[in-house]
Amino acid sequence: MKIAILALQGAFEEHRQMLLKLGVESFLIRNLSDYQQPKDGLIIPGGESTTILKLLKDLSIYDLLKKDIENGLPVFGTCAGLIMLDSNHLDTMDIVVKRNAYGRQLGSFYCEGEFLGIDNKIPMTFIRAPYIVSAKENVKVLSVVDGKIVAALQGKQLVTAFHPELNEDTRVHEYFLSIVSA
Amino acid sequence: MEDRFTLNKNLAQMLKGGVIMDVTTPEQAKIAEQAGACAVMALEKIPADIRGAGGVARMSDPKMIKSIQNAVSIPVMAKCRIGHFVEAQILEAIEIDYIDESEVLTPADDIYHIDKRKFKVPFVCGAKDLGEALRRINEGASMIRTKGEPGTGDIIQAVRHMRLIQSEIRRITSLSEDELYEAAKALKVPFDLINFVHQNGKLPVVNFAAGGVATPADAALMMQLGAEGVFVGSGIFKSGNPEKRAQAIVKAVTNYDNPKIIAELSEDLGGAMVGINEEEIKLLMAERGK
Repeated sequence: MKIAILALQGAFEEHRQMLLKLGVESFLIRNLSDYQQPKDGLIIPGGESTTILKLLKDLSIYDLLKKDIENGLPVFGTCAGLIMLDSNHLDTMDIVVKRNAYGRQLGSFYCEGEFLGIDNKIPMTFIRAPYIVSAKENVKVLSVVDGKIVAALQGKQLVTAFHPELNEDTRVHEYFLSIVSA
Repeated sequence: MEDRFTLNKNLAQMLKGGVIMDVTTPEQAKIAEQAGACAVMALEKIPADIRGAGGVARMSDPKMIKSIQNAVSIPVMAKCRIGHFVEAQILEAIEIDYIDESEVLTPADDIYHIDKRKFKVPFVCGAKDLGEALRRINEGASMIRTKGEPGTGDIIQAVRHMRLIQSEIRRITSLSEDELYEAAKALKVPFDLINFVHQNGKLPVVNFAAGGVATPADAALMMQLGAEGVFVGSGIFKSGNPEKRAQAIVKAVTNYDNPKIIAELSEDLGGAMVGINEEEIKLLMAERGK
């Protein structure tokens, strides 16, 4: 199994470390020729969604990525990565997302919450985070914190509004890998 | 509960691989955001003009900072004077995303930096060497940047600081454990921070390059030297074509190790900022705060 990590901007190294810990091979995508390498799944990390979107388009990756996800490429988006898959961006998930939904940095927070399919609570770090305002019925809600949807699954697309890559707990990444190998 | 310091370090992690641009108006902020900046630094005058104007440089008008906060969705940073904790309190009150306790402004205190642990909002501070970086982190800074000479368009100082910090980190990594106490004493920093560097081979917070970045090649140079991202101050809005240059620098930071891409990006950018070299400077801002 080989997982690609979109490394245009943001916390991609943290995802790489997570996969390393799990003994999974990965590579970074910084441009089109990186993108064209074979991969079994893709992670879109946290960072600034405006920056990542701009670079995806300018580097001619955007349309290919959209097509690949629609053709079943497993993808895991955290924070900005979640925003990238919503109805206003790549539009591969039937979700409407609110950006900076908790306000500025003073609104960033940490908590522990339930995650459907994972036993016991998991650590959740929200940094200037978005949340999912609404999701169509084909979207499976995996986690709700304070009444807001913060993790969801649609087909082979997994998204979290929080950053599992910032904590030691590897279970959300393992959850994604189980989707990749399914 | 995870503490604010961790959350603030985490925000800096999200900025990695990105470019933070100095802006003085909402219009410039929008240009920066559309060019792919991962954050903007709101200030009344860019460093080149602060240098030109002379006199005392202070925190910007909060109204002007708020107008930039309202103009963009990316994080907004602002500068306060070294040691001026009330300016920092004001910036926290308007919910700034990051405070830069900056040598670009005229220092308010020649002995004490701000006790940054008392604040909920994050701080970034400049450092010329490892000791300075770790002292700032000990005071509560959750992000570090080099103190390259601002407003000059001359990269030499940023290079010097980044090389020195990286080489000191390598030296600490190679020490035996019983030598770490002496290293902590020599660098005037707590043992725990030295021990972290020894075990991890890096700073405990994100480290950006700042000061003198004027071209895509400058930005890529700093990244290859170990910076995790880049601040660009005067380099963009003092140049011939800010929009194009801003985009090129953003892309150069992403593909910093790909000379072919950087060559393409470097074409036809119009005039870079004129710049002054370090021998021509009367005021060395990097010497402010140790």
